[in-house]
Amino acid sequence: MKFSHATIEKNLVLLGVLTLITVSIGGLVQIVPLFAIEQTIERVEGVRPYSPLELMGRNIYVREGCYTCHSQQIRTFRDEVERYGHYSLAAESMYDHPFQWGSKRTGPDLARVGGKYSNDWQVQHLVDPRALVPESIMPSYAFLAEKRLRFEDIADHLKANRAAGVPYSDEMIEKARTDLLLQAGALPDADPSEVAARYPRAVAGDFDGRPEVVTEMDALVSYLQMLGTLVDFSNLSPEHLKQ
Amino acid sequence: MTAAVAGGAEIAVARPGTAARADAYVDDVVRAFAVATMFWGIAAFAVGVYIALQLAFPALNLGIEYTSFGRLRPLHTSAAIFAFGGSALIGSSFYVVQRTCRAPLFGGGALGWFVFVGYQVFIVLAATGYVLGVTQGKEYAEPEWYVDLWLTLVWVAYLVCFGGTILRRREPHIFVANWFYLAFIVTIAMLHIVNNLTIPVSLTSSKSYILWSGVQDAMIQWWYGHNAVGFFLTAGFLGMMYYFIPKAAERPIYSYRLSIIHFWALIFLYIWAGPHHLHYTALPDWTQTLGMVFSVMLWMPSWGGMINGLMSLAGAWDKLRTDPGLRFSVTAVGFYGMSTFEGPVMSVKAVNALSHYTDWTIGHVHSGALGWVAFISFGMLYYLVPALWNRRLYSRRMADWHFWIATLGIVLYITSMWVSGIMQGLMWRTYDALGFLQYSFVETVAAMHPYYVIRAMGGLLFLIGALLMAYNLWRTIRSAEALDAPGLRPVPAAAE
Repeated sequence: MKFSHATIEKNLVLLGVLTLITVSIGGLVQIVPLFAIEQTIERVEGVRPYSPLELMGRNIYVREGCYTCHSQQIRTFRDEVERYGHYSLAAESMYDHPFQWGSKRTGPDLARVGGKYSNDWQVQHLVDPRALVPESIMPSYAFLAEKRLRFEDIADHLKANRAAGVPYSDEMIEKARTDLLLQAGALPDADPSEVAARYPRAVAGDFDGRPEVVTEMDALVSYLQMLGTLVDFSNLSPEHLKQ
Repeated sequence: MTAAVAGGAEIAVARPGTAARADAYVDDVVRAFAVATMFWGIAAFAVGVYIALQLAFPALNLGIEYTSFGRLRPLHTSAAIFAFGGSALIGSSFYVVQRTCRAPLFGGGALGWFVFVGYQVFIVLAATGYVLGVTQGKEYAEPEWYVDLWLTLVWVAYLVCFGGTILRRREPHIFVANWFYLAFIVTIAMLHIVNNLTIPVSLTSSKSYILWSGVQDAMIQWWYGHNAVGFFLTAGFLGMMYYFIPKAAERPIYSYRLSIIHFWALIFLYIWAGPHHLHYTALPDWTQTLGMVFSVMLWMPSWGGMINGLMSLAGAWDKLRTDPGLRFSVTAVGFYGMSTFEGPVMSVKAVNALSHYTDWTIGHVHSGALGWVAFISFGMLYYLVPALWNRRLYSRRMADWHFWIATLGIVLYITSMWVSGIMQGLMWRTYDALGFLQYSFVETVAAMHPYYVIRAMGGLLFLIGALLMAYNLWRTIRSAEALDAPGLRPVPAAAE
């Protein structure tokens, strides 16, 4: 029997099923192996889940649509590496739900902005970008310094992340609220090293200069200050970075 | 077989108001979608102009969280793609499927109205969320989990409506426009579900965390994102092209065989193109290369479709002088050809190294969104509104003005973005004589300013054109004189 396209175009179900099969192939080939091939994510030390305060800061980063102007993905070019630092690894965003690699650099890449500027600079810049960088076209985020951070449900945030595959331990979830307050410097009598024990390299302190209240500014700056700082590149060989 | 191909041109124009029969076409819903398309189009263009001005004059962010660029940009993109584009697609598909199947809408007015109201509720839920800071932070998939669930429900109703009508058809063949509409509905459902699998923080929280992370999330996001372009903004609108261009030109589609090849090749190849958004990133090389190769191959079916659309005018090119709707549609196909050539070029890794992260991408998107999507929708509206309300177009002259103002706007937009994008890409990688980077980042920002002003002017012209159209079509709808003569084509070609 000779094939005729008329068979397909006279049968809605056949047309629909063949369409679905046709459009499924590309995605299956490109997506499924990324979960199956182990070296998709490089084996490097240091990448850990976000601390509760950093996670809240990251949520503010997402909420304000920072990704519409800033990338977090340094490409493998000489000029990018010189401008921003070591090219980004897949491992560095393995706990990012969602990823925030971005697609546009109206502002500079932020993948390794952590530690490049002081807390004061970050706060001042967010409050009034043009006071520090006259040519900047970034909006002012002064309102973040006025808004109290809402974190009553911080444990639920960690639990949701754990359900999505982030290895938060029971202890981390149980202590989430304390860790957040500790890192933000809101418990002046307590020892902040406890946070660093659970979240290595987490920087504690009062970020916005107002210790009496944990603001959204505190959270966002704590997130910005850890970006790209987890992996120590000084003792990494190309072998480690092979995908 | 030929009958099916030419079906779009052979089926009699249904005239509303004359048929109160049980099997009458459900056109009220289509009318509502036509009005919604006009409304959301203007909203999307207006927000676009505003955020374009913010990039030129940052004081316009007003220092208020609700009006900052980061929150308004998703509002603009979603309003353009989902509110304007989506209303145009669903509305036109309801019109086309009934006529090419010679069957009333499945589920009747009730299901059709549910799709209309449900879809508008989706738009409002998504839009209010953006302004209030409720977002998933995934481009073009910003709506949070509760909005996604609602859209899924509406989409199933849409599929039932559309597919049910095809099942009740009185034509042996399913007309080619419906293949494209069907591929759009099915594929968008697949993309929407996979890219939005999230875990809500709690049932009372608007916040959720996406199931995927990092590199896999990036791949899935751009598999979704690029095929929002491929299936929402391309396949669906090709369905529109395959019906309205032959219809307005009163010619059959140029080639039946080409339609078949165009359809299968386009939907097969498009889905592979996503990784070209992730060149030189932490996505493994093999995936990037696949994305590039398939993007280049995609050029062929895209141009096959363009040729099929343009050549359908063979022997009817003179209508471009007299039919403003057709002029929009045909220019749209021209822009489609241009952006589907530019796209494969930009997907080549060596070119992408320069173009990625710059305004060149923004210019490319807008040559597609303004030139192709909006123009083919304008062409559809200039045909559909007089046909649906059984009126003569109020002013052909005004439609001419719309055409030229909008075209000039697009030209300003895409040329300014070419210049600023290529310039910025080059400045980032320029070294001075001593081997240091020549420009600081902020110097490249300052250099963009004049182009951002030109771009905003281009967008403003496009908005003015759309306002002219809205006024013109509103006067058309409100005019007292109905076109009653049987067989009279309710398009402006017959006027004067």
